[in-house]
Amino acid sequence: MEFSWMVGGEAGFGIMASGLTLSKTFARGGLHVFDTIEYPSLIRGGHNTCMVRTANREVHSHTGYIDMLVALNEETIHLHKDEMAQTGCILFDGMHEPEDRFGVHADISLFPIPLGDIVKDIGGRPIMRNTAAIGATIALIGYDLSILEDLLADMFKRKSEDVVRDNIHVARAGYDFMMDNHPGGSGIIVKPQDNYRRMVVTGNEAVGLGALSAGCTFYSAYPMTPASGILHFLAAEERNYNLVVKHTEDELAAILMAIGASHAGVRAMTASSGGGFSLMVEALGLAAMTETPLVIMEGQRPGPSTGLATRTEQGDLRFVLHASQGDFPRVVIAPGDVEECFQAAGHAFNLAEKYQVPVIILTDKFLTESHKTVLAFEPVPVDRGMLLDEAHLDRITDYKRYEITDSGISPRIIPGHRNGVFRANSNEHDEYGFDLEDPLNRTAMMDKRMRKLEQIASELPEPHLYGPQKADVTLLSWGSTKGPILEAMLLLKNNNITVNFLQIMNLHPFPLEKVTRIMKRATLTIDVENNKTAQLAGLIREHTGLKVDEKILKYSGRPFTPEEIANSVAEVVEHGRK
Amino acid sequence: MAESKDFRTDKKPVWCPGCGNFGILTALRGALADSGYEPHQLMIVSGIGCHGAVIQYVNANGFHSIHGRTLPVATGIHLANHELCILTMVGDGDGYGIGMGHFIHAMRRNLDMTQIVHNNKLYSLTTGQTSPTTDKGRPTKSTPFGVIEIPVNPLTLALSSGATYISRGFAGDPPHLRKLIADAMAHKGFALVDVLQPCITFNHANTNAFYKERVYKLEDETGYDPGDRQAAYERALEWGERIPIGLFYRESRPTYEDEVVTLKDMPLVKRPIKGVDITKTLEQFL
Ligand SMILES: Cc1ncc(C[n+]2csc(CCOP(=O)(O)OP(=O)(O)O)c2C)c(N)n1
Ligand code: SF4
Repeated sequence: MEFSWMVGGEAGFGIMASGLTLSKTFARGGLHVFDTIEYPSLIRGGHNTCMVRTANREVHSHTGYIDMLVALNEETIHLHKDEMAQTGCILFDGMHEPEDRFGVHADISLFPIPLGDIVKDIGGRPIMRNTAAIGATIALIGYDLSILEDLLADMFKRKSEDVVRDNIHVARAGYDFMMDNHPGGSGIIVKPQDNYRRMVVTGNEAVGLGALSAGCTFYSAYPMTPASGILHFLAAEERNYNLVVKHTEDELAAILMAIGASHAGVRAMTASSGGGFSLMVEALGLAAMTETPLVIMEGQRPGPSTGLATRTEQGDLRFVLHASQGDFPRVVIAPGDVEECFQAAGHAFNLAEKYQVPVIILTDKFLTESHKTVLAFEPVPVDRGMLLDEAHLDRITDYKRYEITDSGISPRIIPGHRNGVFRANSNEHDEYGFDLEDPLNRTAMMDKRMRKLEQIASELPEPHLYGPQKADVTLLSWGSTKGPILEAMLLLKNNNITVNFLQIMNLHPFPLEKVTRIMKRATLTIDVENNKTAQLAGLIREHTGLKVDEKILKYSGRPFTPEEIANSVAEVVEHGRK
Repeated sequence: MAESKDFRTDKKPVWCPGCGNFGILTALRGALADSGYEPHQLMIVSGIGCHGAVIQYVNANGFHSIHGRTLPVATGIHLANHELCILTMVGDGDGYGIGMGHFIHAMRRNLDMTQIVHNNKLYSLTTGQTSPTTDKGRPTKSTPFGVIEIPVNPLTLALSSGATYISRGFAGDPPHLRKLIADAMAHKGFALVDVLQPCITFNHANTNAFYKERVYKLEDETGYDPGDRQAAYERALEWGERIPIGLFYRESRPTYEDEVVTLKDMPLVKRPIKGVDITKTLEQFL
């Protein structure tokens, strides 16, 4: 069983909220869900959609086809009728099917429902049309209405009894209308599955949860799509976890406050998109030079400049790898799904503190704002590395904050101890932190800092290879393309093409050994990326000297659908076989 | 209790002989001693410019940050550990030019810290270009035909931005400056000490002699009340034959951290970070 549902309408219609409501309704029935939103950078008007895809197996991404379209305005039908599955149906706000059937293919059923009237009769607000549409959806697929009713009760109980009652009322009216007028349903059947209680979580929320679980208590940021979700999430949790969450005057202040807080001894984080990260670049080097642990999430969106503010792309890989002047060690982790976002946050804090380096979690709009079901999050145990405690400091007489060691790691302290007075310094400095321009010291300090990279590289897990060891095609990719690629692999299986997929999550330090091994062994390599210039393919070439055979690239500001990847792979293979 | 000499390091200042920064350094060490804090209880955040080297010469925790960015670094340190006493030492380019945005927001927040501005009315480390406080018409390396803009007035700016201790000192009068800094440190809230700092090498207009002839102390003016904002504006606008120094304005207002509920019991840094349980939060995702 697989079902893909889309709701579309203007901004302000509550599209995102209704998508999430349906996602949770499925998740509470033991199903797996993935949902994703598309919206322009507007508060009212424009065209918004949310696609919810559910199945009785793990769902990794949305799809390119729609089984059921809920059109809150007519434009939605015209924009999406070509994406309808052959046996799909359209539910729209109206009393009758118009004569021209909106020009929709004859195989597609139309289900008119007077959503506006239903809501009005009950005295509800126009935004509740969504709720009626979800009730109607449930009737059309034979799902269990009581799950939705329970969810609505939980969702609105904080508001008031009346709100709960009205919402349930509207949902039931939508449901009843369809049961009365189309008792045969839509022909699509979606049934609750098991009793697992799966959570419905976005990448942003997972990063935020990962940060909380890692003991992060300081978060400073400036709003920017698609990273604002972390700010909203953590700000709401500020008092539950004794955090300080600061909306700063700009992104410079955001990163610098996080650096200050980390210097003072707490776990601190900031996040933005590429534009905000551009402003953070100078301070990134400050964190590196002062060896201050720092976690930054960069949620990519299409550039250059403001670009497509609410869309997705993977165009900033090279940028985060090289941002800021000079050579210094950094870590770049690109999680591929919600669970990996949570894990990445936990590991990022540990790596940042153990190695006293900036760690960048590289995500994108598709990952940070899409929901996926997750059964549980596995906490990453906190490891603060060489952080000297009070007892140790009591015994110290000559503290060198930047002591040159074999590992390159110098023991860190929390400032405030009598024996631990030191200077952090953006200038090149001696072991105590005093300015020093001496060439030998400079060389030794540069070597010391860079030495940490070798150890980091040996600690990071190797990239994971999905699929069989030997395959016709080896896909290489990073970040959020993981979802559509895993789905495409299922499609290709039916196509008699064997595919495996190397997901390169830790991009820096680069996992040289494994990538080389896989590249050498592969029959046909294809790089899949959501950018114009195949940045990963370039990186692979740079590190391994090996060239990927083919590239599948998309830079329309929209994520890949599984079908697009599967078709492109099939084409490449076809081409090769001829 | 620490004395002035306890705040020395073994580094010898590399400023030009006669630079106003020496007077500021002397006053600062004295004020630190007066404050009752010990080196490890302090955190001095400096910017980039001739002034920035000051933390090399003061025995206290220090953070030599980047040009214009002292305040957000200091803010982060302060919010993570408000038990540290924080000073920021910046130049006029640093604080009123590239870092101007942070300055205004720090004052709005009334963060409990002291900002000392080494105001030599020039960019000196970069060899004498105009700064936001250079007088209109003054030729400098980057404005050989004279500065076109009018200068920033840090004091009126502070008055309108919410700073709660606003003062001006003179590097040529270290005992007076020492008192201003010590009082600023004792003040709860954002304290500004703008310091008239002669730059012997590049600023041939605003010399030691220039200031000596003109400065007068507000505390010597009968009837001057630092609680009177209107009077403070008037004095802040005075610049010519007579230049006022001393405390212009003081006000008591809750500080930023006073109003952050999560900082009430203890500084953030004292909270344990291991084993945080997020189970309850997860319920909202069901
Ligand atoms: C981002 C950035 N831009 C430019 C510089 C170069 N720079 C160093 S100090 C300085 C100006 C110093 O003037 P001021 O802050 O008044 O300090 P002073 O040297 O007069 O004490 C400049 C522009 C820099 N370090 N960083
Ligand atoms: S250039 Fe001016 S400000 Fe800099 S050290 Fe020399 S006298 Fe002082």
